[in-house]
Amino acid sequence: MKRVLTSSAALMMLAAAPAFPQQKATIEHVPGIEFSSVKNFLKLPPGEYLGESVAVATNSKGHVFVYHRSANTRLFEFDQNGNFIKEIGAGYYGFEFAHSVRVDKDDNIWTVDEGTNMVTKFSPDGKVLMVLGRRPPAVQGAVAFPGPQNGNAPAQKYIFCRPTDVGWDPQGNIFVSDGYCNNRVVKYDKNGRFLAQAGSEKPGKALGEFNLPHGMQVDGQGNVWVADRSNIRYQVLDNNLKPIREITNLGVGWTVCISAGPHQYAFLSNSNPNGNQPGSWDITGEIYKAELDGTVLGRFGHPGKLAPGFQVVHMMDCRNPNEIVVGEIESWRVQKLILQPTSTKAAGAAQ
Amino acid sequence: MKHLMQTLLPLALIAAIAANAQAPEIRFDSAPNALQLPANIYLGEVGGVATNSRGDIFVYTRTGHPTITIGTARPFAHGGSRLFEFDRNGKYVREIGKDSYGFMFAAQVRVDPSDNIWVVDQMTNMVMKFDPQYHVAMLLGRKAENVAVPARTQQGNGAGQPTDLFNRPTDVAWDAAGNIFVADGLGNARIVKFDKDGKFVKSWGKKGTANGEFANVRSIAVDPQGNVYAADGGNKRVQVFDNDGNFKTAFTNVGNAQALCMTKGSSPVLYVSNSNPPDDIDRDGEIYKMSLDGTMTGKFGRAGKVLKEFGTVNAIDCRNENTLYVAEIGNLRVQKLVLH
Repeated sequence: MKRVLTSSAALMMLAAAPAFPQQKATIEHVPGIEFSSVKNFLKLPPGEYLGESVAVATNSKGHVFVYHRSANTRLFEFDQNGNFIKEIGAGYYGFEFAHSVRVDKDDNIWTVDEGTNMVTKFSPDGKVLMVLGRRPPAVQGAVAFPGPQNGNAPAQKYIFCRPTDVGWDPQGNIFVSDGYCNNRVVKYDKNGRFLAQAGSEKPGKALGEFNLPHGMQVDGQGNVWVADRSNIRYQVLDNNLKPIREITNLGVGWTVCISAGPHQYAFLSNSNPNGNQPGSWDITGEIYKAELDGTVLGRFGHPGKLAPGFQVVHMMDCRNPNEIVVGEIESWRVQKLILQPTSTKAAGAAQ
Repeated sequence: MKHLMQTLLPLALIAAIAANAQAPEIRFDSAPNALQLPANIYLGEVGGVATNSRGDIFVYTRTGHPTITIGTARPFAHGGSRLFEFDRNGKYVREIGKDSYGFMFAAQVRVDPSDNIWVVDQMTNMVMKFDPQYHVAMLLGRKAENVAVPARTQQGNGAGQPTDLFNRPTDVAWDAAGNIFVADGLGNARIVKFDKDGKFVKSWGKKGTANGEFANVRSIAVDPQGNVYAADGGNKRVQVFDNDGNFKTAFTNVGNAQALCMTKGSSPVLYVSNSNPPDDIDRDGEIYKMSLDGTMTGKFGRAGKVLKEFGTVNAIDCRNENTLYVAEIGNLRVQKLVLH
């Protein structure tokens, strides 16, 4: 309890200061994890390009799905060696501005689109199985820019406002982080029926409130990890979305990944900010590897225009905790990183 | 006048009784893979589904990505909806009207007794008749030359101009003589009658709650006697008019009536969808089966996302009384329902 209180006090101080687009992590003495970036991992057919590669995920066969912002937002599938297989969802109604792609335990592919406000479940062969949320009807014309500046409308059970991520617990319940103009996490049953939410349309700083929940994953116990980006923290919620704890010493919470298997690890990214302000490369851009109890095992990565540098890591796949696939915004790139396995020696505690 | 009252009163009585009746549940199944889509074709919100006399299936769907051009004298708009044809087994056959000037926001597709395909678009404000060879045979309404950005707020009482300029039309139907009735619809709140050659005859209705007024007209159907049935979902009723638009009666036990379908033949039945709103699957969603006097004879389904559940049904095809196709806004799909 004392630790939480201390963290909360620190957070209040942070909140009182001007809003920094970048934040140095306060944790110290974290050992570096050796890693290398696989050269030219993804091999695109001639004439095909990735745009902002904001989302990446693998399935059980190791196939890589990249959901990226091109002229039209597109979803590409590559095999485990990075060879292009096919495009899924060309021209699909739910694609406009990519934010997340995740693959569930049955290899269904889920996309989260913050342009259409839609979350879509595709079968492994690319057929639409379920949609959550609704695209604003075109017939209503250009909609007002959503967000606090225009007054956040009350969050609705089945309508999103720039949703950011999706995950599932072992029972198949669906969790959606929502998002840039709502500030909540929503839980649905496996058939898409609303069960609960934490947070609301309003941003907030208390535990269980959010200010831009930007990335989210669910661990094997059904706990929900949320990258609470503008609050510069992570929150862990239980399966009923009651807050368990916050982590405030790992910088800006951009995105989170939970590895597969019986021993799960959390990967947490203090991504360098968009725009690359002078000085930002020196204090941000690293990814942390931690035990689910918050023990930080190591860190890796540094900003840079050229691989293996990171240019705003937006999403990580960590099915294999020693082979991380990262999607970056500003380099329009996906990298596959081979990590040196970590020892079990604790390096520090996430607070 | 006295004679008219005598016929009206019993009808109103029947409707009131039916409102209290517990309609029996109709057992049904949803056929898996009702439509087999090619790998590169995706349905968006489905505005309409209809079959022709051979059982071919037509689907008018919002595929998204309507485009407004910038760097022009005015903002122009195009794209956003597509019309697909499938055979009676659900196998994809072709796209019709690709890149049509009139396709932006799918409202409805219907097939007339001569197998012409009629498409209603809510954003171009056009009703387009394609002949069975897919040629454009007749056009009602006109697409605005350019779009207002930001969108203009709704104005007026919904009565529209006494012309064939529509404002978010939703549906089209015909009587036995070939007269055309357009539900106009969501921007206006009226029904427009044209003769079979497309000449404006009259229109009736405006925004309101009184008999003959509409919250909106979401769907229409015409019976063999030429009576016009209008789904006035916002007022939670189906209104019935004679062929000239005189109010006859209303069925008030139907919830948010959004989609109507009347079966063929001399003694048709009416299907009415109490569609759930697109932002909520925890209410409504069932489809009612009714006789034309307003008696509810059965009901089935509920709102939801899995098969046999409905996500804002916007259209029903009932060429076969016990094999229905339903078009869903919320679930981006068409279901084929077999009623037992």
